[in-house]
Amino acid sequence: MSEELYKQMAQSIIEGEKEVAIELAQKSIELNMHPLDTITKGFVVGVNYIGDQFGAGEAFLPELVMAGEAMKAAVAVLEPELLKLGEAREVMGRVVLATVEGDIHEIGKTLVGTMLSASGFEVTDLGVDQPADKIIGKALEIDAQIIGMSALLTTTMVRQREVIEELDKEGLRPRIKVMVGGAPITKDWAEKIKADGTAEDAVGAVQLAKKLVGKE
Amino acid sequence: MQPKLTLLTDDIIKRILDEAHQLLLKPGVKVNNDEARELLAAAGAQVDSETNVVHIPEQIVRKALEFAPREFYLYDADGNPTVKYGGDAVQFDPGSSGIAMLNPETLEHDTTETQHLLKLIKVAEQLPQYEAQSTAVICHDVPQQIQDSYRLYLALLYSKKPIVTGAFTNKTVTEMIDMLAIVAGSKQASREKPRAIFDVCPAPPLIWSNFASGNLIALARAGIPAEIVSVPLAGAAAPVTLLGAVTQHTAECLAGITIHQLAKAGSPVVWGGAACIFDMKKGATPMGAVETAMLDCSYAQVAKSLNMPTHTYLGATDSKLVDAQAGLESGITAMIGALSGINMISGSGMLDFLSCHSAEKLVIDAEGIAMAKRMIEGVQLHTETLATGFYDADINFKGGDFLKQKITMKLFRKEQHLPSNVIDRNSMRDWKNAGSLDTFKRAKLIVDELLASYSRPQLGEAKETALHVFMLDLAQKAGMDALPVLEEMANA
Repeated sequence: MSEELYKQMAQSIIEGEKEVAIELAQKSIELNMHPLDTITKGFVVGVNYIGDQFGAGEAFLPELVMAGEAMKAAVAVLEPELLKLGEAREVMGRVVLATVEGDIHEIGKTLVGTMLSASGFEVTDLGVDQPADKIIGKALEIDAQIIGMSALLTTTMVRQREVIEELDKEGLRPRIKVMVGGAPITKDWAEKIKADGTAEDAVGAVQLAKKLVGKE
Repeated sequence: MQPKLTLLTDDIIKRILDEAHQLLLKPGVKVNNDEARELLAAAGAQVDSETNVVHIPEQIVRKALEFAPREFYLYDADGNPTVKYGGDAVQFDPGSSGIAMLNPETLEHDTTETQHLLKLIKVAEQLPQYEAQSTAVICHDVPQQIQDSYRLYLALLYSKKPIVTGAFTNKTVTEMIDMLAIVAGSKQASREKPRAIFDVCPAPPLIWSNFASGNLIALARAGIPAEIVSVPLAGAAAPVTLLGAVTQHTAECLAGITIHQLAKAGSPVVWGGAACIFDMKKGATPMGAVETAMLDCSYAQVAKSLNMPTHTYLGATDSKLVDAQAGLESGITAMIGALSGINMISGSGMLDFLSCHSAEKLVIDAEGIAMAKRMIEGVQLHTETLATGFYDADINFKGGDFLKQKITMKLFRKEQHLPSNVIDRNSMRDWKNAGSLDTFKRAKLIVDELLASYSRPQLGEAKETALHVFMLDLAQKAGMDALPVLEEMANA
C-alpha cells in the first residue's frame, strides 16, 4: 500500500504536479505514515530522478523548476507533522543566497535556491544587488554553513571576491563555505578568489553544497 | 498559418504554362522510346519518326493532367501512411545515388559499397526529421546491372520508412517493382499501399530518354508512384533566365506526366526536379546556390497552380567537407524548400554536387530541417489571452517567474524545437569540458551513438527469404556467386 503511494509521490514530483504532491502528502498524514519516510522514500526519489534526467540532458529547466516547486509544497505540508512528533527533517545545511551588489540577474540563483530547498537545505534567498555586509550579516544571523553568490556580469563578479575577503578578515572561514556561480564564472575564477567551489548548473550546485557540508 | 515563400505572380505563372505548352509544340519534345512515342501518337500528337521529336498539343496534356491524382501517400513497413504527397505537406529524405562517401577519419571521399549505404540507412532511420529513406549511394561491390535493385533490397531489409528510389534501366525498374510486391505481399498490395516512389529524370533540354520514358510507363502500369526529376541547367541546358529555365522545367514535367498518364490514367505522379543554375566559372552545377533554390521555389508554385504534388532537390552543398559552406548552403536551401511548401525535399547529407554522402552531415542537416519545420509551423496561438493570463497572483517581478508556471512546462516543447547535441548551446566552460568539439566532431559522436542503438526491423522470415532468393538470383545472373555478407543477417 505505502509502496504504491511512494511511487505516486515520486511521480507527482517528476511531473511537477504541485497540487497532486500536496494531496499525497495530506493523504500520508491521514494514513499515519511517518512524514520522514514520506519525504525520503517518496518525494525525494522524484527530485533525484528529475535531477539525474536534467544532468543527462533529458529533462529541461521548466521540469526541474516545477519538480522543485512541487517538492517544496509537499514538504511544507509534512513539516508541521514532523514538529508534532518532536522530530525534524534532517536539514542538510543552511544557505544564504544572493546576487552581488550592482547586479540584478537572478534566474540562475533562484533555480539553485529551488533545487537546494528541494534537496533538504534551508535556503534564505536575499535577492539581487546585495552588498557584502548584508550577505554576511544574514549568514551570521541564521548560522549558515554556506553562502552562495551569483553574478552575471564580468564587472560585478569582482564583488564575489570582496565578500570572501571580508569573511576572511572577520575570521569566519572555514566556518562559512562560499559557492560562486553565474555565466562568467569559471573554476579558475573560483580558485583565484579562494571560493570553495562553483558548479555549472543547479543540479551541480546541489552536489557541491552537499560536499561542502560533508553530506555527499 | 503555414508561412509561404512565393516568387511568382499569378500572371507570370499563367505565362509560364502558356509558353511551356508552346514549347511542347515547337520545338516539341524528343522522346527516345518507341512505346512512349506510340502512346503520344495514338493520343493525337505529331511524331517525327526520323528525329523522334514529338509535338504535343495542349489538349492532350490537359487531358492527362485531369487524370493525375492530386494527393496520395507512401506507406511504412507497417502499412501506415507516413509520407503525404499533395497540398503543402513538407517532408525530407536523404539525397540519392551518391557515388562516394566522406570518410570521417581521413576526410577522403571513399568509393561507396554495401557498408556505406547501410551506415546511411541506419542513421537516417533514427532521425525523425527524415520521413523517408533514399537509396542513398551506389554499392560498387556488386555488378552494375544489379546496383539499382540491390540498393532497394538493402533499404527494404534495413528500414521501415518509405523509400525514395529510382532505376537507371528499363530492366531494373521491373525487378524493383517485383521486389516491392514481395515485401507488400502482392502486386495489388504494393499498388494500394506503395512503399516506394521512383525518381525519373528527363534529360535537358526537352528530352525523354529511352529508359526514363520506359520507367514512366512501367511505373504507371504497376501503379507505383513516379517522381519526375527534371533538371534544367539555367545557362547551359536551359535558358539562362530563371523564368526561362522554369518554363522548360514545366514543359518537361508536362510531357512526362502526359506519357505517364497515357500509359495508365490515374497512376500517382509527382512534379519534381533538381533544377540548377550553371556555374559560369567552373562549368559546375551548384546545388547550394540561392538561384537553384529560387528555381525550385518557382517551379513548385507552377505545380501548385495545377494542384500537383511536388518534389525538389535542396538541403545539399557543393563543399567537399562538412564545413561552414556546407552548413550555410544546406540550411538556407532547406529553409527555402520548406517555405515553398514542397512535399518531398531530397538532398540532405550530400556534398560535392550530389556525388558524395556523409552520415555526419545527415545528422547536422537534421537540425537545419528541424529549424525549417519549426519555421513553417509558424507563430501559433496557444492561449486564450496572449499574455495577460500569464501574470497571475504568483508573479513577483522576478526573472524566473515564468519558469515556475505549469503552462511553461506544458507549452515549451511546442514553442521551441529542442535541438540535439550537435547544436552547441553550452557555456564556454562546459564546451571546453566536453572536449572543445566543433560541429563535425559532435556529429561524429552522434553517428556512433545512432549506429550503436540501431536495430534492424523484422520483415518476417518468409518475406526476407523470398527477397533474398530474388536478389541472389539477380546477382547470380550477373555473375556473382553470393551477395555481400550482411552483418545483421548472419543468422538468416
